[in-house]
Amino acid sequence: MEQKPIATIAEFHEVDTLIAAAQAVREHGYTKFDCYTPYPVHGLDRAMGIKRTILPYISFVGGITGLTTALLLQWWTGAVDYRLNIGGKPFFALQFSIPVDFELTVLICAFFTLFGLLHLCRLPTWWHPLQDDPSFRRATDDTYVVAIFADDPRYTTSATKELLQSVGGTNVHVHYAADTQSVTVPVSETVRP
Amino acid sequence: MESTVVAHRSTTHADGAHLEREPLVLGDPTLHDITRKIASIAEQKPSPKYLLTLSFTAAIAAWGVGCILYTILVGIGVWGLNNPIGWGWDITNFVFWIGIGHAGTLISAILFLFRQKWRTAINRSAEAMTIFAVICAGLFPLIHVGRIWFAYWLIPYPNQMQMWTNFRSPLEWDVFAVSTYLTVSLIFWYLGMVPDLATLRDFVQNKIAKRVYGFFSLGWSGSMRHWHHYEMAYLILAGLSTPLVLSVHSVVSLDFTAGILPGWHTTIFPPYFVAGAIFSGFAMVMTLLVITREVLDLKEYITLKHLDNMNKIILATGMMVGYAYAMEFFIAQYSGNPYESFVFINRATGDYAWAYWTMVLCNVVSPQVFWSAKLRRNIPVMFIVSILVNIGMWFERFTIIATSLHHDFLPASWGYYTPTWVEVSIFAGTIGIFLTLFLLFAKYIPVIAVAEVKAILPTAQPHHHSHTPTYRASVELSQQS
Repeated sequence: MEQKPIATIAEFHEVDTLIAAAQAVREHGYTKFDCYTPYPVHGLDRAMGIKRTILPYISFVGGITGLTTALLLQWWTGAVDYRLNIGGKPFFALQFSIPVDFELTVLICAFFTLFGLLHLCRLPTWWHPLQDDPSFRRATDDTYVVAIFADDPRYTTSATKELLQSVGGTNVHVHYAADTQSVTVPVSETVRP
Repeated sequence: MESTVVAHRSTTHADGAHLEREPLVLGDPTLHDITRKIASIAEQKPSPKYLLTLSFTAAIAAWGVGCILYTILVGIGVWGLNNPIGWGWDITNFVFWIGIGHAGTLISAILFLFRQKWRTAINRSAEAMTIFAVICAGLFPLIHVGRIWFAYWLIPYPNQMQMWTNFRSPLEWDVFAVSTYLTVSLIFWYLGMVPDLATLRDFVQNKIAKRVYGFFSLGWSGSMRHWHHYEMAYLILAGLSTPLVLSVHSVVSLDFTAGILPGWHTTIFPPYFVAGAIFSGFAMVMTLLVITREVLDLKEYITLKHLDNMNKIILATGMMVGYAYAMEFFIAQYSGNPYESFVFINRATGDYAWAYWTMVLCNVVSPQVFWSAKLRRNIPVMFIVSILVNIGMWFERFTIIATSLHHDFLPASWGYYTPTWVEVSIFAGTIGIFLTLFLLFAKYIPVIAVAEVKAILPTAQPHHHSHTPTYRASVELSQQS
């Protein structure tokens, strides 16, 4: 039975090599690739050609929503639906509405930021095509991992592997679908920096 | 997780000599060392000492919860509140706990915006402390309303009584401020933790633990495409939390200033409360961290430099608080308002003078030891000072509340207030709740922001900062190529 490749995976142990590798992968025309790192590596997003995130716009909409809600809520409840004279204070005034305006702006903006982020990252997804790969699992620990996915039009097992090796990747291997023992060079403990 | 250009780790002198900065992580650990260190805390079986401490704090918490139930069943008549003094320990404790929470957000948000990298080792625990403190704080107004089963009336919602909340009242503003603060702090804390929970998910061996961490890490993979959005989200939340933290204690202070009572009705309150909150919060962070770094053996991560920096902030905010005490007195005299002057002279010499001078000694005098660089790095000294500041800041709130209420305009309505055992027990109970939650946190949640500490290691970031192009320029460049 022929196994279906999912991705070719390479490990890196130096950030500078990793950034150069990501740049090379992109310059070779690959689009369906990703880097997995234990922490955000500065400059890697540029090297990979990631477009600037739209999250600030989502947050901004959230902030505006919060502010509008707060103003409408205080004006409508106080000056329209339930006009109660308390110490002769106005039923609605911008001045006294400011604390609630501010708090609701922040609250709704924070919610939009949270859910916007989850949406942009498609989280939560409690499954990943590479989740059984030992190299991939070490990306949350101490290894920088570059994976080029097989559905990339330029992907061929041999050429992709060669590229990743030529840019300094170690333990370059192919991860196959639904198999836990992918054809792989054993994870060597010695390459740890 | 500083997102853009990383500053150089050492500053260059005019003559070209380098002044090396003190490293933020000692012992030069590798990435894997950090993972192992933090994750193994969660993996080890709880020691008997830990379980003993936990059951002790849980017992205090249980006693406090019992007293809260007693109050709810019998009514707040079991407290010592009386006619002139309708706010006593309950509101004191509320303001005290809210204040404690402020250091967490200051460390995680404001120091983040100022690119203070030393925050990475302490922000997780400080944020946790914020959340637990706000939980404790929130309890007090709820039980203070007397009929807690109507507490939801504080929230505006369409109801069969066709009534709405009064948005002209600072007490209503407080509902919004405190609940927003709790929610946003929770979001900030949890979001910061997701990558670390993923690290734990991939590290722990225990099957159940793996599932639990796996669930809460939402399937985080460390993908750079995710990190890119994530760093922006973190930055936005930091930007939101910064004015939020300043607003919360300002709004709390408006509960007082909007009243016409002498001693409360002053414009200095919002900044004075915020400075005091940060002061007390840092003291509490100090108390907890001095113990945590000892017990969990985190001395390489929470170094003397961290504690030194925090002591400087304690000194600075302590001086601000001292200035506010002096300025309150000055304005009281300068205003020419006889009631105002009376209240302040009464504060320093009247029935509650003991509380006032305890406050001054603890808050203004005790932090002065931190002018000495040596004492700023002396663990026993900073531990004692942090405890004193905690006590002093509690007395500050008590002084403000009790002295203004007990002698108001008419001598006929003067009184004196002492708490009953129930109030004392409830306060002790909240300390128990706070410590129990903190102990559970320290054991089962990565107590140090693993990913953030990894990111500030000397080898963690690329070495060509000098010609880093702006983000937009590089995107354009990449699109051209």
